[in-house]
Amino acid sequence: MKREDLLKTLMTLAAKRFERDLAELQPSDDFFAKLGIDSFQAMELMTDLEDEFDVEVPDYELQGVTTFDGLADVLERRL
Amino acid sequence: MSTESVPWRTRLGAWQARLAAKKIAAVVKDRLPTRNGVSQMARFEGEAMRWHLNGTTLEVELHREPCNEIGTTALAELESLVSFIHHGAGGARAVILFSSVKRGFSAGADLRELYEGLVARHAAGEHGAGRSPMKQVAVAHEVRGFIDRIHAVMDGLDTAPLTVIAAVNGVCFGGGFELALTADVIVADKSTRFAFPELRLGLVPGFGGIPRLERDVGNAVVRDLLLTGRSLNAKRAQEIGLVSQVVSRGEALTVARKMAEQAARFDPETTRRAKRFAKPLPVERLRREKDLFIEMMGSPVVAKALQKFVESTDVRPYLP
Repeated sequence: MKREDLLKTLMTLAAKRFERDLAELQPSDDFFAKLGIDSFQAMELMTDLEDEFDVEVPDYELQGVTTFDGLADVLERRL
Repeated sequence: MSTESVPWRTRLGAWQARLAAKKIAAVVKDRLPTRNGVSQMARFEGEAMRWHLNGTTLEVELHREPCNEIGTTALAELESLVSFIHHGAGGARAVILFSSVKRGFSAGADLRELYEGLVARHAAGEHGAGRSPMKQVAVAHEVRGFIDRIHAVMDGLDTAPLTVIAAVNGVCFGGGFELALTADVIVADKSTRFAFPELRLGLVPGFGGIPRLERDVGNAVVRDLLLTGRSLNAKRAQEIGLVSQVVSRGEALTVARKMAEQAARFDPETTRRAKRFAKPLPVERLRREKDLFIEMMGSPVVAKALQKFVESTDVRPYLP
């Protein structure tokens, strides 16, 4: 999967999960701040992503990850 | 096989196991009080949970925001529940544990209560005017009392003489995970995540989770979850045998009800005997876990970690 497709899919899932307009989201956004979510909700997003991409992402790989770009990096390693 | 053909060491082991089982039954009955006739109630409305009979199924709904944290209130209500179950459960043939809280089944022990009620006082004893070995012994005694009570509840659910189903969703962490592990079968919706985050607090799980996960799935899984603190999604949990069925978001209770109806079709005594055979209580490991947890609770590492958690304003306190 191309990087841009990966980013688009994950931002689409995030927008859908937290009822945001996809056009408002940028790859460099801090998704905690932009989506206004806490750690529980971030886990919900990760669960959606694991389901969508059929991968397993250990929580500790998310340490320090705050942007959609960063999430794409983590997912890319598993695809 | 006749008794005579069994080596004396094996016979002794079986005798010890029977004795231990009898002792546990006695402990469960002794430590689970019947308060104001609650144990006879087929309908209960509490601060942390409510339950009612739906046909032949006792449905137990955890409803305490933010995520069914288990503190002294939940513990007292669980004691009443277990007492009710062990006194016939109003004729129920199955029990379903589920959460109506959106965030999940349970985030585990009530860490704020744990910090404020036990560790803060312990810290005051260490640094303040109240410092004395007697006080520290008293705090350790209090921790032991709480852990003995929670273990009695978990053992009581584990050995309930009917089919117990946990219908879980969202966060199923720490003590919440340990509660789910007392069930005979776990039905998880796709939002579920299981984790043992206790090492972040300088602790091991203390509600019997390690021995139960060892029994049900295996030690490699225990080590993976325990030593990394990572969470498993429902699909992975099913792959390793922890979860029986994975269902769509919000459908766990519906599926669990169907399962409970099926379980109720069998002869109750046959179910009771089959369960007792298939699900032995890991008595010795549970005892050792309790001792280890109590020993660790006295560590300053725990006090610091709990204080950090309680005082944190980070939106990501549950991430590593």
